[in-house]
Amino acid sequence: MNGYPHRHLLGIETLEPGDIQAILDAAEGLREVLDRPIKKVPALRGKTVVNLFYEASTRTRASFEVAEKVLSADSLTITTAGSSVSKGETLLDTAKNLEAMNPDMIVVRHSASGAPHFLARHCRSAIVNAGDGAHEHPTQALLDALTLRQRKKRLKGLRVAIVGDLLHSRVARSNVWLLSKMGAQVVLCAPPTLVPPGIETLAPVTYRIDEAVEGADAVMMLRIQLERMTGGYFPSVREYHARFGLTEERVRRAKKDVLILHPGPMNRGVEIASEVADGPYSVILDQVTNGVAIRMAVLYLLLGESARESEPVPEPKRKRGRA
Amino acid sequence: MGSPAGFRERQELMDGERLARTVARMAHEILERHPDMSRVVLVGVRTRGVPLARRLARSIKKAGGVEPPVGALDITLYRDDLTTIAPHPVLKGTDIPVSIDGRTVVLVDDVLYTGRTVRAALDELIDFGRPDRIRLAVVVDRGHRELPIRADFVGRTLTTTRQEVVQVLLREEDGADRVVLLERARPRARRAGAPRARKATRGRAGR
Repeated sequence: MNGYPHRHLLGIETLEPGDIQAILDAAEGLREVLDRPIKKVPALRGKTVVNLFYEASTRTRASFEVAEKVLSADSLTITTAGSSVSKGETLLDTAKNLEAMNPDMIVVRHSASGAPHFLARHCRSAIVNAGDGAHEHPTQALLDALTLRQRKKRLKGLRVAIVGDLLHSRVARSNVWLLSKMGAQVVLCAPPTLVPPGIETLAPVTYRIDEAVEGADAVMMLRIQLERMTGGYFPSVREYHARFGLTEERVRRAKKDVLILHPGPMNRGVEIASEVADGPYSVILDQVTNGVAIRMAVLYLLLGESARESEPVPEPKRKRGRA
Repeated sequence: MGSPAGFRERQELMDGERLARTVARMAHEILERHPDMSRVVLVGVRTRGVPLARRLARSIKKAGGVEPPVGALDITLYRDDLTTIAPHPVLKGTDIPVSIDGRTVVLVDDVLYTGRTVRAALDELIDFGRPDRIRLAVVVDRGHRELPIRADFVGRTLTTTRQEVVQVLLREEDGADRVVLLERARPRARRAGAPRARKATRGRAGR
């Protein structure tokens, strides 16, 4: 393997299959560090990472922080509440001020699609997208892929159903790109009101969960983002569960060794029944452990090398929300 | 495996048979100094230290000792030159199968050069426990130490210049057993110990 060729991780869409492979392989190698008696290696000693979180997050933020600590990077986390962001400072001003402290990397989560790309154009630090609006969430897709690859020993040829709120889901978008780049077969499923226009060009869409789950090697459930369900997308939560919830009975349509993934946080009894979430085919907690390994890999690949010449930052395609 | 880019083979230092004899002799020495093999763990430094450690373990058994457990150490994350090496090394992971607390660890590597690899390996080992003592076994000691480190078991000591590279090639990794001395394909004016040229030959990829 040669040097990882990118300076930032802004999304899956612009990665080559080889880049994805490199991140997954590095994560596989780094995972073992988490099982050591002393879970700390000096690889990124002296590097500073700023976690800039404009949106709520438990798993992503915690796992970035754990990954930074395990690799001995110095890190600080800034969240909207309790920072100048709540006083009205703009994203660029906040970032520029943080940059004056010379961090090597900024991990950013923002409600606007394209916010990390915007920072990448204006900052010297390496930028990692930890979720931008309804656009991408690359490290989530990578950890899902790592989980699948560990259990199935491959990605190529897997039949993967992605079910739930496609409209607001950056996880779905990153996953569709990643899985299709790696040769998996993706089927999307959602109520018609939660299907974003144009997504059918990326993967086939069905409105019937039974059809999507049929013969699947893996089912990825998406969270119904209750905080975004103000538009009357479906009549009620119970109705959604009845039509699109993953129940024990529906899981039986999939392959016997099907894997059930969920990026969390789960709405039990809405998109996923409790007995499925806690069932034997559920790999939801593996995903969390792999999340740390993937974030370690991203930190290691982007920071472990001397500064690369900066590459031009692609404009993200305009999606809903302001960039 | 061919020579690294920009280098050509100048001399074969050991053939397969000679290497086998060297490893067998080192195994005898280790056994002689540590008769209680149940307290010993061999830990190979990736990449080539690992198959060498396995060979030493088998040789120790052949020589009448208990076959000691073998571990593997990937020092990539402990290197002091992570940011100066160009291609990203592939992580293969560390695997120490038994607790090293209270045991004698024999660290195994192919070539001892600047000592920086051993420094990283010591740091990493100590994060895994508190061994009673750590010993160092290398097939070739080629001099030019930059740190106060010496080997306890040495297959062969060589006088080299910093412009040269010593490669231990192993069946498991390279298809054949040989130890070779490489030199720059287009030798520039030789200035022994010229600090510029040193950088290129340092590190694990080509030593």
